[in-house]
Amino acid sequence: MISEATKNSIERSSEDKIIEIIDMNKWFGDFHVLVDINLTVYKGERIVICGPSGSGKSTLIRCINRLEEHQKGKIIVDGIELTGNLKNIEKIREEVGMVFQHFNLFPHLTILENLSLGPIWVRKVPKKEAEETAMYYLEKVHIAEQANKYPGQLSGGQQQRVAIARSLCMKPKVMLFDEPTSALDPEMVKEVLDVMINLAKEGMTMIVVSHEMGFAKSVAHRVLFMDFGQIVEENTPHEFFDNPQHDRTKLFLSQILH
Amino acid sequence: MDKLKNNIIQSDGLKAPVIRIGALQWIRSNLFNGVFNSILTIVTLLLLYKVVPPFIKWAFIDSFWFSTAKECSAGDGACWSIIPANIRFIIFGFYPHELHWRPLLAMIMMVGLILYCKNRDHWKKSLIYIWIAGLIIMGLLMKGGLFGLTSVDSDQWGGLPLTLMLSVFGMVAAYPLGIVLALGRRSKMPAVKTVCIIYIELIRGVPLISLLFMSAILFPLFFPQGVTINKIIRAQAAIIMFTAAYIAEVVRGGLQAITRGQYEAAESLGLNYAQKMRLVILPQALKIVIPPTVGILISAFKDTSLVVIIALYEILKTTRTALADPAWMGFSPEAYIFVALIYFVCCYTMSNYSRRLEKELHS
Ligand SMILES: Nc1ncnc2c1ncn2[C@@H]1O[C@H](COP(=O)(O)OP(=O)(O)O)[C@@H](O)[C@H]1O
Ligand SMILES: [Mg+2]
Repeated sequence: MISEATKNSIERSSEDKIIEIIDMNKWFGDFHVLVDINLTVYKGERIVICGPSGSGKSTLIRCINRLEEHQKGKIIVDGIELTGNLKNIEKIREEVGMVFQHFNLFPHLTILENLSLGPIWVRKVPKKEAEETAMYYLEKVHIAEQANKYPGQLSGGQQQRVAIARSLCMKPKVMLFDEPTSALDPEMVKEVLDVMINLAKEGMTMIVVSHEMGFAKSVAHRVLFMDFGQIVEENTPHEFFDNPQHDRTKLFLSQILH
Repeated sequence: MDKLKNNIIQSDGLKAPVIRIGALQWIRSNLFNGVFNSILTIVTLLLLYKVVPPFIKWAFIDSFWFSTAKECSAGDGACWSIIPANIRFIIFGFYPHELHWRPLLAMIMMVGLILYCKNRDHWKKSLIYIWIAGLIIMGLLMKGGLFGLTSVDSDQWGGLPLTLMLSVFGMVAAYPLGIVLALGRRSKMPAVKTVCIIYIELIRGVPLISLLFMSAILFPLFFPQGVTINKIIRAQAAIIMFTAAYIAEVVRGGLQAITRGQYEAAESLGLNYAQKMRLVILPQALKIVIPPTVGILISAFKDTSLVVIIALYEILKTTRTALADPAWMGFSPEAYIFVALIYFVCCYTMSNYSRRLEKELHS
């Protein structure tokens, strides 16, 4: 658990903005998937996004590292505006880590190679140093003894922890998580959430798409609720879960809590 | 609770039961299970009985190995003597007789290099330099003209060295070209994509023979008058262009099998396009398509025999030329069996190696 005091200690001065999304809109063909999104994320802030399936949560965080292209409005990450400029996109991706629902480890590489690939080729770190960093993060996610195995030999929970470590090896400024535990067997959810909670304790800026209420309550500064491509409600976790304002939020919460 | 644990440990020690069956039972369950299979088995056995003993008698018992053509004509076994008597022409064609050691050495080098590459531990950057050096030396051996080696015009090249050269260069150049075409075909840039599609579909739409003919007519158009392009280079270019188009389609299939998640994971690490493809996507895609790729390489190897139509003496043609000698007329099956064996050894080695590679890369 992270105390309310540390949670509220985020400085909100303008130079501490790490992500700024202004009036952003996105369409898939004729389908208006994101509508007038405004969101500012400060350094060290942790945000949980929830909402019904198909509401645009994944699309929103994928726009932040340009896995999806937005058509209107602005997205500024770490002071760089996302445009068609490839160099800028690559620069932003270096600073923004992403963890996927289905892990997406590289199956032809060992765990160690999975982790050192980015640092070696993108950050141009010497191989030896990259492997030391990789081992450091593998220990952090309690999986160092698997370093020379291949992803296919690990359980889902282990793979997701490796995926988190892989992103951390790039020393990102922001971490994006897209439903990191929803493809896992129930008994493995906790080991992944524990890693994420530790990351939060260290002050990592995180945007997490997740319906894990316990996680949201213990680490999030803010919870956003999305529906039909819009951010419908935004509140502190306790207010959000105990006292939701919008009818759609209430309906959604009643559904996930049964 | 403890009991349960014990149970688990005990059951760990158990192995799956091994089922042993006797020979008779094996025959019954594999060859005579049902009326249809029994009939098939009997018919096959009859056929084998009709074909195999006479063949063995012809090939090994009544056969001649080092006789003259006359002795062969007298007997009725196989006349393998045609091979030792003509071996140097079959293998080296019109290459000057006293210089045969040069193409021989070049071939040995080529095979040595290929064998060296079989070991994946040798797949390093230095391998490229080894190959480049090897190719220069091989070229020098074939062509001569330097270091006191007599110059041999490429018109005189032929036989097995030519076949190996056309096929090895063909494969080595067509493979990367095919990959580039496959990537181009999936490119987001419309111009690149269109060019690649047109190229691939055009080439796949015509037989290799017509490409070989066209290369004789088209190439001179691209070069100033008076410059003649060596026939071997023209044939080589046609083979590369042809094989690359097929490789491209196979590789495209492999690329399609890679999930979007792999691309996204690579991109979100900040890898650029070239790094993403080289380090993440292609190693997986190319591995999946090893079997069909080797299939294409094998048929490319065999297709080199088509260069006869532009009057190149590859090994099949040198064999036929040897058979044109009136003394050895009538012994073509023996000579063709010999050439077929050479082809078979090469192709079988390739497919064998591909299976091994697939297993090694399987993780
Ligand atoms: N590449 C795409 N092309 C077209 N429609 C898409 C694409 N990706 C997602 N969508 C649609 O956009 C909507 C939002 O998707 P998504 O962001 O994945 O929702 P969530 O993550 O909240 O479940 C869905 O209706 C989905 O069908
Ligand atoms: Mg989603």
